[in-house]
Amino acid sequence: MKNKFMSFGKEINKNKALYSMFLPAAIILILFNYLPMFGLVTAFKDFNFGDGIFGSPWIHPITKNFEYLFASGSAAKATFNTIFLNLLFILFGLVFELGCALMFQELHKKKFKSVVQFGIFLPYFISWIVVGLFSYNLFNYEHGSLNTLLKLFGATPVNWYENPTLWIIILVIFRLWKMTGYGMIMYIAALGGIDTSYYEAAKIDGASRWQQIRYISLPLVAPTAITLLLLNCGKIMNADFGMFYSMIGNNAQLYSTTDVLDTFIYRNLRLNGDVGMASAAGFYQSIISTAILLIMNKLARKYSPDGSLF
Amino acid sequence: MFNKAKQDLSNLPIAAILLLFALVCILPFWLVLSGSLTAEEDIMAYGYGLFPRNLDFTAYKILANDMSRILSGYKISLIVTVGGTILSVFVIALAAYPLSQERVKYHKFLNFFVLFTMLFTGGMVPWFIVCRNILHLTDSIWALILPYLANAWFIFLTRNYYRGIPIELVEAAKIDGAGEYRIFFRIMFPLAKPVIATISLFICLNYWNDWWLGIMLIDNVDMQPLQLLLRTITSNIQFLSSAGNVNAIAQASSTIPSEGIKMATCMATIGPIILVYPFVQKYFVKGIMVGAVKG
Repeated sequence: MKNKFMSFGKEINKNKALYSMFLPAAIILILFNYLPMFGLVTAFKDFNFGDGIFGSPWIHPITKNFEYLFASGSAAKATFNTIFLNLLFILFGLVFELGCALMFQELHKKKFKSVVQFGIFLPYFISWIVVGLFSYNLFNYEHGSLNTLLKLFGATPVNWYENPTLWIIILVIFRLWKMTGYGMIMYIAALGGIDTSYYEAAKIDGASRWQQIRYISLPLVAPTAITLLLLNCGKIMNADFGMFYSMIGNNAQLYSTTDVLDTFIYRNLRLNGDVGMASAAGFYQSIISTAILLIMNKLARKYSPDGSLF
Repeated sequence: MFNKAKQDLSNLPIAAILLLFALVCILPFWLVLSGSLTAEEDIMAYGYGLFPRNLDFTAYKILANDMSRILSGYKISLIVTVGGTILSVFVIALAAYPLSQERVKYHKFLNFFVLFTMLFTGGMVPWFIVCRNILHLTDSIWALILPYLANAWFIFLTRNYYRGIPIELVEAAKIDGAGEYRIFFRIMFPLAKPVIATISLFICLNYWNDWWLGIMLIDNVDMQPLQLLLRTITSNIQFLSSAGNVNAIAQASSTIPSEGIKMATCMATIGPIILVYPFVQKYFVKGIMVGAVKG
């Protein structure tokens, strides 16, 4: 035991310069990542800011916060919305990103390629707050561009912000609009890594372009696709808060389809001041997230051996 | 020659689809620009459209007149972006070096220490309580910088790059009597330029576009970074007139052009990004490719 401790001290002393380099990052990670992990106990406490995480008394019964959470019904709804919307994002994201990457590969004019890339990539550079204003410009009832267009054709304007079902589609479209550029790069990288002699051989055999895609590109890009797919599924309990906060905000009329766990937690923490409910929701989000991530990583490892996160 | 022409022709539908998608991507930018240049009466009467009926700069004039809030937002975002990026790159580049060296006996533990933060998080509520209650991190520039300094994913990206640098270089420098810090600054850091440039760009964008730290940790309206300011302005246009400076232009035109101002502020926020974007586009794409190929 003493020996072990001495060898630990010796190693630290020997490489103290190297360990000191890691120190700033270690401090930041401890403060902003590890300390909050211990903070998960607030889910079982009657939390108040005066006593802090460890000083606040345990709640009685210990599961009270969770009872409230699930009794409210909106937590279950938020969970469903989170998973449902994420599945749509993942599915359509895959189709769009892979599709665009495949089409992009077929282009040969460099100038044209960079023009297309410029456009598709541009939305990734702006914040969701700006996107929120874009959507306001489009969907606002009185002045929105879309209603302007409808009026132009003599149709009745639509009150977009009162139609929850419609927003499922709108969110998916905006998601694709903002993220396709970023996502397709992974597939372009993967496609670029394919040995060109496959295609040359196929051309000699008289394979059509579609056949080349079907029998060469798709199978060889599949491992990348599967890995990204599984890793995205690992994050299925986490919604992109920025997107929902900017586009939906506090519009309760749209909650039935767009309230996700992250907005639910934020609302209870910051607006309703219901820390107990928020931390119970956060607790169950963290635990389930981690479980799903571990399972998905295992699957990624199984289906593409070097495609897992860890 | 003939073959090439034929190929170009058959590519036409693909080119058209991609071009159309690219145009759709740019369209909202155009609509907001057009909206910012449309006279308020026209917006009220006809709504936003592709082109302004009458070109009108009132919204921009009012913004220029009430510049102080926007300018302070700019100042905060600039300080946070520049300061945060420089600090973050150093923290990350430094931390990645020991992780990449097998001679560091506990490098596996340190790697796991970083990785674990990607697997499991406390979530929003405990994070918020820790920042506010334990670290007292509110209403300061540090609140907008510190939480993002050590991004685990970027640390791994940099570590992977270092691993490709031949260990002989380090050993040779050691024989010459160089200390670890000297090795880092003279060998590792300069040789890792491609990945450093990549993460710098990403970090810079993260800081510039961030508003999350703002809504969680900034209560003082004067400390709001630009993105959050945009949100405040769009959700509550009255702030301009309540800022004390009821300006002549607004009074003259009897109505404050609130719609136009929203769009003009938006243009002011995305302006810098749009100007920089064409220059960094190719580095950015290359950078993502570096990120996509993981070791």
